[in-house]
Amino acid sequence: MSEKTYKVYAINDGTVIDHIPAQKALKVIDILGLENEGILTIGIGFSSHKMGKKDIIKIENKYLKKEETDRISLIAPQATINIIREGGLREKRKIEIPKEYIDIVKCLNPNCITSKAEVKTRFKIVQSSPLVLRCHYCERIVNAGDVEIQ
Amino acid sequence: MDFEGTSIISIRDMERESLLRIIEVSNEIKGGRHAGCLEGKVLATLFFEPSTRTRLSFESAMRRMGGSVIGFAGEDYTSVRKGESLYDTIRTVCGYCDAIVIRHPVEGAARLASEVATVPVINAGDGANQHPTQTFLDLFTMTEFFADFSKLRVGFLGDLKYGRTVHSLAYALSLFRTPMWFISPELLKMPEDLMQEIGRNGSKTHELEDLDRLEGTLDVLYVTRIQKERFGDMQEYAKVAGCYRLTKKVVEQLGRDVKIMHPLPRVDEIAMEVDELENAIYFKQAHNGIPVRQAVLGLVVGTLK
Repeated sequence: MSEKTYKVYAINDGTVIDHIPAQKALKVIDILGLENEGILTIGIGFSSHKMGKKDIIKIENKYLKKEETDRISLIAPQATINIIREGGLREKRKIEIPKEYIDIVKCLNPNCITSKAEVKTRFKIVQSSPLVLRCHYCERIVNAGDVEIQ
Repeated sequence: MDFEGTSIISIRDMERESLLRIIEVSNEIKGGRHAGCLEGKVLATLFFEPSTRTRLSFESAMRRMGGSVIGFAGEDYTSVRKGESLYDTIRTVCGYCDAIVIRHPVEGAARLASEVATVPVINAGDGANQHPTQTFLDLFTMTEFFADFSKLRVGFLGDLKYGRTVHSLAYALSLFRTPMWFISPELLKMPEDLMQEIGRNGSKTHELEDLDRLEGTLDVLYVTRIQKERFGDMQEYAKVAGCYRLTKKVVEQLGRDVKIMHPLPRVDEIAMEVDELENAIYFKQAHNGIPVRQAVLGLVVGTLK
């Protein structure tokens, strides 16, 4: 990684989320609850060899944890996470789809116990490509495109 | 395989071997073994919505094994009406019993109950979702007539879209790669995701709109009722309902040895004249609810291994 690359996106400490599908950056910020978390830089519609168009987010002084990565995986499964410390790339990782989403996805079945009682939602992965989930409680299937984040 | 302490919530939690073990123990109980094995044990039946037959068959099963039963039917008479949460109800009742049977109108309620409970929970129906002991008794009934699920040819007739018993049974059979025929009007076809799941498990499936070409094809035909309220257009209902009514003539056309099953209650989808045929096994099927529920209770309480 050349230093020059990072001058374009220069942050000294924090997380860069790259390869977000185009037009999804604002949704990622919403899911991660980053609106009031310090300085954010958002790039929308960058050219990408891999994706055609992509979005990028830089979050200063915040290092994304696995649970947060799991949340992003629902709308940006191809995204990459770059952890920057003291101006250098310290960690680069892909987003992994977890075996289960806990307290992330809302069950759309109005007769599901998670809509009626105080209980954390749990969704298991039925298939990963294309992503299909099943509610652990009412067992209804939901496609990734129809998922509603809590 | 040890069932002790295990909750029975969904057919999706079951493996082939667990199903075969439940069938094996049910068979032993029907043959007169294990009498009195639940002596001194208490079952709580928590029926948050009415279901006479399921509740009575669980209670009968428990008593026949020497155990006793506490519980309620309809939440009107309980603290639930005063606003008690399911969580608190379950936590409290756990201290009074060795196992809980729950029926609840909300989907996933039984799963939640099992996560809260310190005793095994048996799901006796959670909304449109699961009713696993019905599936166990359906499977057990089949084994009384046929030796091998993988060679069985099973047809399902009627409302396949909303029918919870059909969904669970078809899923369970797919674990044995049983070939299946699904016969329904277009409007009431099997859900697509379930068809895919069944296919992934290895069952060959066929979807049809009538029984016409199935002469000699099926070993079992599992019939369910088509409910009027599923149709917006009553003319459409009238047209469809007649096509899915089983008469003596239709059964004879299907084949001499085909067995007719039904989860009951029936309304008019099977003519009374069919009852007298040897093909009709739906009352035997209903009665098998007792040994199967005895087996499940003995296994989860742990007095049967």
